[in-house]
Amino acid sequence: MAFEGLSSRLQETIKKITGKGKVSEQDVNQMAREIRLALLEADVNFKVVRQFINDIKERAVGQEVMESLTPGQQVIKIVKDELTNLMGGSQSKIAVSDKPPTVIMMTGLQGAGKTTTTGKLANLLRKQYNRKPLLVACDVYRPAAIKQLQTLGKQLNIPVFEMGTEANPVDIAKKALEYAKEEHHDYVIIDTAGRLHVDGELMQELKDMKEAAKPDEIFLVVDAMTGQDAVNVAEQFDKELDITGLILTKLDGDTRGGAALSIKAVTGKPIKFVGMGEKLDQLEEFHPDRMASRILGMGDMLSLIEKAQATIDEKKAKEMEEKMRTMSFTLDDFLEQMEQVKKMGPLDELLSMLPGANKIRGLKNVQFDEKQLKHIEAIILSMTKEERENPQILNASRKRRIAKGSGTTVAQVNRLVKQFNEMKKMMKQMANMQKKGKKGKGFTFPFM
Amino acid sequence: METMGFFNRLKSKFSKKEEEAKTYKEGMNRTRQSFTEKLNDLVARYRQVDEEFFEELEETLILADVGVTTVMDLIDDLKFEVQRKNIKEPKAMLEVISEKLVEIYYNGEDESISELNFQADGLTVFLVVGVNGVGKTTSIGKLAAQLTKEGKKVVLAAGDTFRAGAIEQLEEWGKRSNAEVIKQAEGSDPAAVIFDAIKAAKSREADVLICDTAGRLQNKVNLMKELEKIHRIIKREVPNAPHEVLLVLDATTGQNALSQAKTFSEVTDVSGIVLTKLDGTAKGGIVIAIKNELNIPVKLVGFGEGIEDLRPFDAHAFVYGLFADLVEE
Repeated sequence: MAFEGLSSRLQETIKKITGKGKVSEQDVNQMAREIRLALLEADVNFKVVRQFINDIKERAVGQEVMESLTPGQQVIKIVKDELTNLMGGSQSKIAVSDKPPTVIMMTGLQGAGKTTTTGKLANLLRKQYNRKPLLVACDVYRPAAIKQLQTLGKQLNIPVFEMGTEANPVDIAKKALEYAKEEHHDYVIIDTAGRLHVDGELMQELKDMKEAAKPDEIFLVVDAMTGQDAVNVAEQFDKELDITGLILTKLDGDTRGGAALSIKAVTGKPIKFVGMGEKLDQLEEFHPDRMASRILGMGDMLSLIEKAQATIDEKKAKEMEEKMRTMSFTLDDFLEQMEQVKKMGPLDELLSMLPGANKIRGLKNVQFDEKQLKHIEAIILSMTKEERENPQILNASRKRRIAKGSGTTVAQVNRLVKQFNEMKKMMKQMANMQKKGKKGKGFTFPFM
Repeated sequence: METMGFFNRLKSKFSKKEEEAKTYKEGMNRTRQSFTEKLNDLVARYRQVDEEFFEELEETLILADVGVTTVMDLIDDLKFEVQRKNIKEPKAMLEVISEKLVEIYYNGEDESISELNFQADGLTVFLVVGVNGVGKTTSIGKLAAQLTKEGKKVVLAAGDTFRAGAIEQLEEWGKRSNAEVIKQAEGSDPAAVIFDAIKAAKSREADVLICDTAGRLQNKVNLMKELEKIHRIIKREVPNAPHEVLLVLDATTGQNALSQAKTFSEVTDVSGIVLTKLDGTAKGGIVIAIKNELNIPVKLVGFGEGIEDLRPFDAHAFVYGLFADLVEE
């Protein structure tokens, strides 16, 4: 997951201070030093780090903490607040123009992921907002960039406006707007060529395009892995174009994403979307508070719930919940669950949203791929009804039969049974946790 | 006899290789401006080399994306050096810093670590890997164009079967560089494409085969396994191959580049770095950390969009590019 390194380092640091009944200035300084290093290693911009640390120190040694009953908790709350602030405070929605179409311009350095994000954004607008977007191919420089957008358009079944590589990007943008009005598109997303922020000529081209297309949103697409230079890039783009927001890409890597976060602090422009994977539905709206919780290991239940609501059949979910509580969960249910979860997105991403999930042993490096899911499906389908309900009866000969029937190996069958048992154990933990309220074992909710 | 200062040594070294020095100097114009400006500003503000000076120096180096650990090591070294040579003047530090950077980079080895490795006779295979959007396909295109110009017969393998438009992009480069592109349909098995390409390269008696691969984030275990398979096939099909596994890094990448280098090395034995997009304001300082911590040298650097803007790496020239104004003084 993104911010993993930052997250684990910060969590380690704050763990030391969590339980403290008394927080001295020395404790705060010690924590501040460790946070500073963690942020620097995460590529957070130097100036931003300095400010961030000062803010925390100021608040943490002030009255706010000293008068609190749980000073340790209070300090963490401050860190979370400041982290949320750093990322923009509250969520910032995409613009809607009074006079459609709403025009969006995508800008950024080469290789940031503009073209892919253009496709993802169109998909999101159609799916979540019921819009009818038009894609416009204005990258006439990079070989096959137009072809890339066309392929994305074809995959998504969203029209792409292009005029080949000979046309002028400004003309393409103008013509595309006329076309969009005729065809009643309510969003126009213009993909532009990647360029260096210091390339005067190409920056002028963007300014001309801005003049001609009067975009409602100008997004700067930023690779989350960018280092300290991210701030220079963003400042320059912002100066030239007055951008309206940021889209962070490649957040599904193990990047600590710090530099990208500093951009918000330096330009004051909000992060609106984040790219969480290679698939075309893996672009999400950005929620600063939720991301701050995730970084500090407090989980992101809200996003998880939203995701579940968007994809899971409510009635079935209720049934499933009942089964989990009563522990009458069988391999058949497991299979069904798997199908549902598959619709929600990659499992490792979902897990990262669970509070404390990163503390569960063995879950840290779990990666599932579609093929593996298919194998699991085949294995379960090769079992008899009785076996699915009670996997305990699986002996060596039954396992051999199942492996043969599903085209897998006994080892794979064993692994599945083990996984299933572990999952049951986890459910038991969760069920207990619900019963006992706050004091769940393994799962800790720092603020609940 | 007093040994010649490092800047003077650099100067005399590049008096014979003016063109190389010029390329680096011009290519790194913006990098130098922002980096040396900061350093100059730093040495101008301090009267003496003290703890505070080192702290600010540390900040400047971290801002250049030289890894945090490497910076800490470097600062320790510099402190020692300052004591040994009894340096009091901040300005004298610039020369010490640049010398130290080169020293850390080469770590006792010589410049040959930057050279690309070719098979004496028979087929040479390069495998090009990296995360998404660093410029793999473009770098391959440029390298192919340069090699064909040298009279080598080059075949390109379109191993990025995932990203929309990637195959067409490589084909365009194939046309420009006069290299044949071996491809299959989008979405096909990349390992099969590479296998085909090896067969084709052998039967056409090509000199060099360059294999493109899809960009992948290093924490995607399954995609890394796919890469491992590609690597295995190359190893199996051609003796001594791959002759180079080149990891393409975007100069704007920060600390994550270390994680990239580490993880890609685990599956493919990365032999060299191609550092792209150095013509922006990025410092690419992370390559020093990569060499220092993982011992992987930089082989090629990209200064711009032109074919000739991809150059063999030379750490001395790099430092020359960074400190050109001072060296030439």
